[in-house]
Amino acid sequence: MAFTFKLSRAKVSLPLVLLGLAVFAVPVFSQDKGPVVVRPGAPGQPSTILPADTRPLPPPISKKDVEFMQGMIHHHAQAVEMVALMEGRTTNADLRRLGARISQSQSDEMNFMKRWLAARGQPAEMKMAGMDMSGMSGMEGMDHSGHKMGHSMMMPGMLTAEQMAALKASSGAEFDRLFLTGMIQHHGGALTMVKELFDTPGSGQDAELFNFATDVDSGQRAEIRIMEKMLGEKQ
Amino acid sequence: MKTRNLSNLLLLIAVMAFVSIGFAAAAFAQGPPQAAPALPPGMTGSNANDPRAHLKPGVFDAGEAAFGMKHLLLLKKPTAFDVGTDPDSPMVAKALTSLGIPPTAKIPAELKMSFAPLAFANSDIAFQGNYLFLGNFYGVNIYNIADPAKAELVTSMPCPGGQGDVSVFKNLLFMSVEMPNGRLDCGEQGFPPPTTPGLPAANKERFRGVRIFDISDIKAPKQVAAIQTCRGSHTHTLVPDPKDPANIYVYVSGTSFVRQDEEMAGCSGGDPAKDPNTALFRIDVIKVPVAAPQDAKIVASPRVFIDPRTGAYNGLSDGGSHANKGKAEFSDQCHDITVYPEIGLAAGACSGNGLLLDIRDPANPKRIDAVNDPNYAYWHSAAFSNDGKKVVFTDEWGGGMGARCRATDPNVWGADAVFNIVDDKLKFESYYKMPAAQTEQENCVAHNGSLVPVPGRDIKVQAWYQGGVSIMDFTDASKPFEIAYFDRGPVDPKTLVLGGYWSTYWYNGRIYGSEIARGLDVFELTPTKFLTQNEIDAAKSVHLPEWNVQSQQRIVWANKPVVAKAYLDQLERDSSISAKDAASVRKALDKAEKSKKAKGLAKSIAIVEKAAAASKNAADTARFNAVVEILKQPQF
Repeated sequence: MAFTFKLSRAKVSLPLVLLGLAVFAVPVFSQDKGPVVVRPGAPGQPSTILPADTRPLPPPISKKDVEFMQGMIHHHAQAVEMVALMEGRTTNADLRRLGARISQSQSDEMNFMKRWLAARGQPAEMKMAGMDMSGMSGMEGMDHSGHKMGHSMMMPGMLTAEQMAALKASSGAEFDRLFLTGMIQHHGGALTMVKELFDTPGSGQDAELFNFATDVDSGQRAEIRIMEKMLGEKQ
Repeated sequence: MKTRNLSNLLLLIAVMAFVSIGFAAAAFAQGPPQAAPALPPGMTGSNANDPRAHLKPGVFDAGEAAFGMKHLLLLKKPTAFDVGTDPDSPMVAKALTSLGIPPTAKIPAELKMSFAPLAFANSDIAFQGNYLFLGNFYGVNIYNIADPAKAELVTSMPCPGGQGDVSVFKNLLFMSVEMPNGRLDCGEQGFPPPTTPGLPAANKERFRGVRIFDISDIKAPKQVAAIQTCRGSHTHTLVPDPKDPANIYVYVSGTSFVRQDEEMAGCSGGDPAKDPNTALFRIDVIKVPVAAPQDAKIVASPRVFIDPRTGAYNGLSDGGSHANKGKAEFSDQCHDITVYPEIGLAAGACSGNGLLLDIRDPANPKRIDAVNDPNYAYWHSAAFSNDGKKVVFTDEWGGGMGARCRATDPNVWGADAVFNIVDDKLKFESYYKMPAAQTEQENCVAHNGSLVPVPGRDIKVQAWYQGGVSIMDFTDASKPFEIAYFDRGPVDPKTLVLGGYWSTYWYNGRIYGSEIARGLDVFELTPTKFLTQNEIDAAKSVHLPEWNVQSQQRIVWANKPVVAKAYLDQLERDSSISAKDAASVRKALDKAEKSKKAKGLAKSIAIVEKAAAASKNAADTARFNAVVEILKQPQF
């Protein structure tokens, strides 16, 4: 940016400045020296030269983004809990392998989500601690839970206490059936959560979150189809 | 009432206390990272004794290990794309504040830099003349590489929307956008969450698809077209039509959610059995009139997964998966497509499958073969050999965000798979995975690479995220092996902070690496027992005016003496010519080059023809023939 430099330092007469302009002023769009920062406009619109010291702006995070992550941790935890019930209740090798994979990937993802929240100063579990405390109605939840908010939170697709009890009480073929129908319902809820996320204005723009939600969608969609196939074969 | 108010107040205090504990406990809640799962029985993991296995962590002071290649330069991310690497800097505080994260939030130090690594990640690379176009989730940076060791930034072009996959053709620069923060006007503000509830998510200012810029003035790119697609564009591939130079086609691979009909009319993500218009199970083809790019539009949405017998769109839905972990992917999307217009073929890396497509009619690609693989989780990218008879696919097991090159990770998961093309069918030959074990803190899996144009051999330089750069020879498709590498230690000693190479490509004599967290790296090959100086120089003799790695052009070597010398080195390495004979021919070539006269090469021709008569295999015969050809008509 030789041009700016010369002008700002110049304590010279007007004719000299004009001479300077004649010598140093070059079309804005083809400066010979130094890199430029240029932001294009919409198609057909002109581009804009930005100051050389322009710093980037991270994509916005919404309250819904935070709730999505907190809710999904809770949601994933139930899947891990369901897989843990396999021990002693089923010997179906295919199902156990599927369960191990679900448990492994969902545990991995829970670690990721906790990291994502912690890196943004957000707690992993509590619904009311969003980005913007002023706009939040987290207080209401205290009435029926008292201390640990997340505990009674039901995310879409999660099995009810009755469904979990039935799964716990079953074994053999009945366990396999309840596990598959339950996990299909459970995974379906994750798809609903992803859809709700992207259907909420201002949400899903954080790159890691976008990437993760996209993976959850394709991964769980695939697992649902595997489970539907397994269920079909059983019947 | 009063009591009630008081209890509310107490409740509020309790909640506030809980919240602050929450902030403080956030890191604690993370718990110890899960131990790496054991290696499945019968499988081999990565090598923990490799010099690359235990390098010192650091962003810019990490330990390095190299073999057969020399690091020339690291250009850190430009100011306009850099939020800084010091967690305590005001710059980072400002960025966090912009996200609504209060300065009082207790963010664990080791996590503080991980609030937006992907939002500013470097991604793919394209080349034209002396310019390198480095894609980034936040836009594109353009570098002048006329002198590669002194490469310099020319233009920073913020235009967010990820992943910023780039291609270049004449005066046009193409860029993929998939994220919901992408705006038609390239604004970095994205779409701030509205303060009033009830507003629709759909927004006509949003852009997800392929942008086209006019780069006639390299310092002032101008957006000339923005072609919206239902799933955005995760990657794209330029498809020149040899029969139609007035147009260029673009294959668009979208992998993310289908947007609402309210935002782009006609978009639906419905079940393919019930919804004939579903945006799933297809790719999109954009036709761009080169002289009028503003008229670019989608001209076809080929159903490349179709079952030709039943007409079902999801004809390939039985994608492969690892036996007990990773993620099974069904093929309703392509991730990346590599085209080779000259031979009329494309290799599609399409989530659950690898596809072979006939692209002689570029707007109507037709599937001619599809494969899956029991060890593959996610078919990610593909590269043809220069003769078009082999394809190397990659498996991005875990999506690139995870540590998948540990000693406990099987060396056939997250690996390359090398196929021969036999009678239009893909025939599996072998796996190749960067052999060195990496730590829990290094995201690592197979990623993008390009051919290295060494005549007489098939060589690929490839990015493995924080696993570094690995160069492999797959001349024998059944026995790929590593010939060179470069690696750094993890970005962070304790936490997996996203980093490493997205793409490492050869272009006109150097290797360029797009490092996600650190910047742009430039490398040069150095001779080893696996690769001679003549072979390196022969590769350097190839000059391409333009290079989009996923749009393969056939590489042709001029009849230069150094090319003959490279073949001679290979023949000597294979013991197909005696050291004495090879030396004598090389000497004659040197003499001829010096005098710029082909006279005096007759004796060499006789020597080579004699050795050729005893050739052991077709590859050597081809090398002998190429040497004779050059000896007969050398170009100086």
